Amino acid sequence: MPECPVCSVDISLTDDAVVGELMECPDCGTELEVTGLEPAALSEAPQTEEDWGE
Amino acid sequence: MRVGFLHSLIRKEEKLLLEELKRHPDAEIVMLDDRRLIFDLERVPEVDVVLERCINHSRAMHGLRLFESADVRCVNTADVATVCGDKILTSLALKDHDVPQPALRIAFTELSALEAIEDLGYPAVLKPAVGSWGRLLSKVNDREAAESILEHKAILGSYHHSIFYIQQYIEKHGRDIRSFVVGDDCIAAIYRSSPHWITNTARGAEATGCPVTSDIADISLRAARAVGGGILAVDLFETADGLLVNEVNYTMEFRNSITTTGVNIPERMVRYLLQAAG
Repeated sequence: MPECPVCSVDISLTDDAVVGELMECPDCGTELEVTGLEPAALSEAPQTEEDWGE
Repeated sequence: MRVGFLHSLIRKEEKLLLEELKRHPDAEIVMLDDRRLIFDLERVPEVDVVLERCINHSRAMHGLRLFESADVRCVNTADVATVCGDKILTSLALKDHDVPQPALRIAFTELSALEAIEDLGYPAVLKPAVGSWGRLLSKVNDREAAESILEHKAILGSYHHSIFYIQQYIEKHGRDIRSFVVGDDCIAAIYRSSPHWITNTARGAEATGCPVTSDIADISLRAARAVGGGILAVDLFETADGLLVNEVNYTMEFRNSITTTGVNIPERMVRYLLQAAG
């Protein structure tokens, strides 16, 4: 089970999780990105860049 | 059919689209993470169609152009991304197709921008030509504010921020309209309401259902066609003289609009994509 890279709490991923998916740490609220599935891995989500949008 | 899913981060919208694509057994999803792709000018990943869902405008625009150079059908097209990603190009396209929009000026220096603002009258709105989610918008209420904001943009910003897109301020009375166009249909619309003058949902505005009137459908479809068509979200101002198009978005976000409108937006998007792919 991966840990939150900020607060180290264990986080379980959902069965349909995909690499690149955004999620929020249930403990500290940090926005995280799923960076691996086998093994499961999480990192802090990137910061907003100037040309982000829709 | 190999469906290239061009993306970076997977947000709620991308999850919904992937779930929808998985309901089509003939669609093989090929994930194309723009952070890992390497292009050359001869080859691109082998896919039959690309659905663009990048979060970075610059990556979307160039990635689409590279796929199209290999004759891959893209939704939306690189041309649409180029036009919609730049407010100046969007305004030109709207003007060329007689689609009503707020009065605007474009200027390239502090001095000419100040003159343009004074010409439009206060308040005026300064926007980055490239930008989204209501970021870096300035409502300029008087000359002193104009001088200060223009100086900050010119000195502290990159050169992009000295391309001054200046729009007439429209009194929205707390809301604007976001409509959703898929192909030849305006499938849904929402009101975006906020006590703040910026009514983007990314800035906390509340989404509520808005009936798609004939006026909303008409101007939305005209705006969509003006920028090249496809899957588009059109932002509209209500005025006493009718609707005006504020912006057209080509990687539309819709997480707040499915329950609100009762329309299965990702289903409509995927249906359009697969039809476009032939």
